[in-house]
Amino acid sequence: MDLSLLTRLNQHRAERQAAILVTDMASGAQRLVQKDGFADNDPLAGEFEKRFRSGKSGTVETENGTFFLTVSVPSPRLVIIGAVHISQALVPMAEIAGLDVTVIDPRTAFATEDRFPGGALKAEWPEDVLKEAPLDAYTAVAAVTHDPKIDDFPLIEALKTGCFYVGALGSRKTHAKRLDRFREADLDPVTFDRIDAPIGLDIGAASPEEIAVAVLGSVITALRKAPETPE
Amino acid sequence: MSAPQSASMPDVLKTAETWCQGGRSVALATVIETWGSAPRPVGSHLVIDSEGNFEGSVSGGCVEGAVVSEAIDVIESGKPTTLEFGVADETAWRVGLSCGGRIRVFVEPVT
Repeated sequence: MDLSLLTRLNQHRAERQAAILVTDMASGAQRLVQKDGFADNDPLAGEFEKRFRSGKSGTVETENGTFFLTVSVPSPRLVIIGAVHISQALVPMAEIAGLDVTVIDPRTAFATEDRFPGGALKAEWPEDVLKEAPLDAYTAVAAVTHDPKIDDFPLIEALKTGCFYVGALGSRKTHAKRLDRFREADLDPVTFDRIDAPIGLDIGAASPEEIAVAVLGSVITALRKAPETPE
Repeated sequence: MSAPQSASMPDVLKTAETWCQGGRSVALATVIETWGSAPRPVGSHLVIDSEGNFEGSVSGGCVEGAVVSEAIDVIESGKPTTLEFGVADETAWRVGLSCGGRIRVFVEPVT
């Protein structure tokens, strides 16, 4: 491997950018591919799509030879806005499922170490936390405070940065009002469909703990399954 | 997004870069295929220098010794190679995977 290629790969990894190193097994020739940096007619384009999603390295046999793809994707994160009951159940479950979890809530009555042991909690405004640790395509955002002052900013950021999952707690009526505000904020309405609201899989969840299961189910669906294309 | 590097695991690719920039001759070994109960997933790395120092893992200890000595040859020749390991007595290799799995490992120089 070329040292400059390795250096670039490590740079992408440090910046939480997905990349695939393609090795031609016959010649040893290599190239580095970024998520939005390959041509549609690349013979491996379909394979890249699949592997950027799955994160799995592996061998691919093609007419042009055998290639090994070293796939590097950032570990998935879940950012929960709101240190509420749902979040108390969601944090341990999401961590068990392998997500890096952060809970953000500026309301110190909710955001206490007692309720959220283990260091996932940031008792600050989302505006401040996200400045330090910006959202990205390998991050899921679940906004569950019910308070537009806290929820709106991270939801808008999540849409802008292409988070792989964007969920918002609230009834259909609450959500309609939210979308009115987003329209006024000049957000592209096309992106609104990406918001999972009412939040979570439709499993009839009745308690905060069950809603947490529904939310985690939605996050994993968004992570593992290709988005549904309209028929 | 499987097998994210956990905080406790060494960042082998970063080590390869650091060693190389520090003037050491380096090879990188990558698990490219596994069959059966292989201990480390496809994409796992081991970095080796010409002195036989190594970091990372391709098999959880079973075949690292053999990979390291092959890697030293690869550093000298400058030519990548592919190694295959299986159960000890079923292959020509002196070492094998006691777990009964098989793995293929690609070893390449970093230059």
